[in-house]
Amino acid sequence: MSGEPRPGAEREFAHPDIVIQPHGPMLVRGAESIRDESGTVHAVDRPVVALCRCDKSSRLPWCDGTHKVIPR
Amino acid sequence: MRMPKPRGALSEWTVARLGASAPEVALRPAPNADSWDDEAIALWTLHELSYRGFEDATDEGEWDPEVLLVRHRLESDLEARLRVRWPGADAAPADVPAALETVVSEDDGPSLADHVRRRATLDEVLELLRQRSIYHLKESDPVAWVVPRLPVRAKAALMELQYDEYGDGDPNRLHHHLFAQGLVAVGLRSEYGAYVDDALPETLELNNAVSLFGLHRRLRGAAMGHLAAFEMTSSLPSRKMVQGLDRLGLDGPMAAYYDEHVEADAIHEHLASQDICGTLAEDEPDQAAEILFGAWTCLDLEARFATALLEQWDVGS
Ligand code: FES
Repeated sequence: MSGEPRPGAEREFAHPDIVIQPHGPMLVRGAESIRDESGTVHAVDRPVVALCRCDKSSRLPWCDGTHKVIPR
Repeated sequence: MRMPKPRGALSEWTVARLGASAPEVALRPAPNADSWDDEAIALWTLHELSYRGFEDATDEGEWDPEVLLVRHRLESDLEARLRVRWPGADAAPADVPAALETVVSEDDGPSLADHVRRRATLDEVLELLRQRSIYHLKESDPVAWVVPRLPVRAKAALMELQYDEYGDGDPNRLHHHLFAQGLVAVGLRSEYGAYVDDALPETLELNNAVSLFGLHRRLRGAAMGHLAAFEMTSSLPSRKMVQGLDRLGLDGPMAAYYDEHVEADAIHEHLASQDICGTLAEDEPDQAAEILFGAWTCLDLEARFATALLEQWDVGS
């Protein structure tokens, strides 16, 4: 047994770590912490988080769905 | 949990049959339900055998052929009723996420969360929580049944979502556990099924529909559409629930439960509509219409439930 990882098959599916939702948040997979605008670091304890891009969320840096009720 | 109180001839038969008690009732052929209430509580009881069961029912009851026959009849009636209500829709597989947005944006059902935020009384909020407890104490469980029935992409996405619902590996953060702690904090009972005897038929029907979708492979598309609509209409109302609970001074663990849903469901809605429903429709195009049926049904049942409660409280919508 060598310590080298064995090469697996090609990755068949697109599975990006960061996904931008049109008129919505940025989904981020696999993050451990996020630093917001004020410099505060937020620990992440979920596999995926949604970061607000509209700046109107009541719980920045996270999206709280407010983007849906602001006129585009 | 003990079996619920019968509400008519059929639920009386069901309880007798499952409890292996009252042989004079249990050994008769199953009677017809004599009301919607009777039918709804009977089906709820039968479905419950596949979740946690009852301390006063035999474990064999779940697969008793006589009982299965009744369950099949009740499920067929329920499904037929749901399908008749649905105006129908279809979408090309690639358009399913957009079609889900349309279903959600066209929903004009009354909002319980608005009422809670602005002016519900403490008694009304407690009544709402008792009704919600029927589902929220097993939140996500019916959805878990669908996992083995999905193609690869939808399956991975559903697990990503469910992992978060079940606390990301931490039992303290499991959603239905958070709800149970919330119930205790507002002075309600938190045992599974504690308030089923108070459940409105609308509450039972809403629960029976998710169990029906979860238990039948044939209805996997409807189950995932239902999940998507549920998640897509959760963040903003959850925030209103938090505001209403705060207004009434219930700012402890129950508010924290809804608070968690503001953030979690703002993530889950994208996973559900795109990564689960979108890829399922691409891989199994015949599921596209079923997804929309499930989504519409979720919102319709919620609207019927909200209307019933608001009418009971004499609140114009
Ligand atoms: S992007 Fe969702 S609240 Fe800002």
